[in-house]
Amino acid sequence: MRRNQVAVVGAAETTELGVIPNMSQIQLHADAALNAIADAGLKLSDIDGIATAVETPQQIAHYLGITPTWVDGTSVGGCSFMLHVRHAAAAIEAGLCKTVLITHAESGKSMIGKLPRSTPADSLNGQFEAPFGVYGPPSMFPIPVLRYMKTYGITHEQIAMVAVAQREWAAKNPRAMMKDPITVADVLNSRMIAYPFRLLQCCLVTDGGGALILTSADRAKDFPKKPVYILGTGESVETPMVSQMETFNSSRAFKVAGPTAFKEAGITHKDVDHLMIYDAFAHLPLFGLGDLGFMPHEETGKFIADGNTRPGGKLPLNTNGGGLSYMHSGMYGMYALQESVRQMRGIAPAQVKDAKISVCHGVGGMFAASGTIIFTNEK
Amino acid sequence: MAEPARAKPKPTPETQHFWDGTQAGELRLQRCDACANVYFPPRPFCPSCASRKVSVFKASGKGKLYSYVINHRPAAPGFTAPYAIAVVELDEGPRMMSNIIDCPQTPEALELDMKLEVAFEKLDDKITLPLFRPAKG
Repeated sequence: MRRNQVAVVGAAETTELGVIPNMSQIQLHADAALNAIADAGLKLSDIDGIATAVETPQQIAHYLGITPTWVDGTSVGGCSFMLHVRHAAAAIEAGLCKTVLITHAESGKSMIGKLPRSTPADSLNGQFEAPFGVYGPPSMFPIPVLRYMKTYGITHEQIAMVAVAQREWAAKNPRAMMKDPITVADVLNSRMIAYPFRLLQCCLVTDGGGALILTSADRAKDFPKKPVYILGTGESVETPMVSQMETFNSSRAFKVAGPTAFKEAGITHKDVDHLMIYDAFAHLPLFGLGDLGFMPHEETGKFIADGNTRPGGKLPLNTNGGGLSYMHSGMYGMYALQESVRQMRGIAPAQVKDAKISVCHGVGGMFAASGTIIFTNEK
Repeated sequence: MAEPARAKPKPTPETQHFWDGTQAGELRLQRCDACANVYFPPRPFCPSCASRKVSVFKASGKGKLYSYVINHRPAAPGFTAPYAIAVVELDEGPRMMSNIIDCPQTPEALELDMKLEVAFEKLDDKITLPLFRPAKG
């Protein structure tokens, strides 16, 4: 893919975030989509490409009244939307469609119109993981972290600082769910969920959604809002079984998706002004900093504990407050993308001054998949 | 009313040998006849070189604790919190998820890299699970 050929021209979240008991999951998709279409100054009939995850693209297209010429239903967990951006950019460049709508929404808290998830007893997960008492993401996602900590000498206090730093960002964001300041002691004294992780190291569970509109860079200059260009993209998958990762010291999917995006963008780590790393749990920013090549894994814990990612730090990370403090409907990738776009438009509540390049890195499943999108506001 | 039971595996044709093994008190793995790669979970080809010439063999049942969490809430059906969900690195190379028995479910007792040995827990006439306990001696 060539750089800067495709741009985001519309971006919006649902009108409300948090607890939304008066909307079904599909209506949350529509709310986000209509907000993004209005943001782009478009009509529904202008949309000729559609992508979504969990809900099917045919469901969303029918509900909204869209007749697409390009469809993507890639559903690899919470980073599906990073993959949609990558695929949409390629499709627009290839001339398969002109204007793509990507939607996400989940009734994660209120559970209205939410599709059931199950693990069949004859699947590989059903045979070789479920019988040993895994029960939801908190019992699975942190499984690698003790090995990671032992290998690299990372401390409990350093990982607690991930939550503390992100709460500082959330305090600046009126839409964040959790804004009260917290300390390392608060994190380490909060209720135990799955050792070594406690409540404040686990993401929120909320209702909400978001949507993006992409089109070619040539058309983007005629849109009402400042275009945000796609500079580089990457994606990969590893395994749906957390126990079968190649190593717990790294994510193979991260190590493919991240560097692929950096190479395509033609940038170095020094060029990055703003970084989002999908933080369903507090260890993910550490894995991300190491696997994306910002520093050796041995240094990730100290880097965060020293305050480099907090407000005023040299590498602003998860500036909306992240999945730990902003919101998390179950699939957080769309909210990370929204914050990168806000930062590149210069309208984020905790705006990073003069930011020109934003890296947005996602994870799907329990380290099962990954997608990375690098944005810029300079053509 | 009976207590809810833990999730029970349902074997498929490609995994039946593994579950036949646990029922017979053996931990069975597969090895590629072409490249000697030992792998898990079961499948009728080598995920390293794609050869379909693979053999089933009896593993030593020995391994070490690679990583774990101690789940406090919510407990899966059939479990009482807190309980450890562990990943064991077998001496033959592959890793598998399991539970650690005959051991306190605490960070002090569950030391990474501690030596483990397989133990078998019969769920019913068809399914026996491979669990692990601290190795003796």
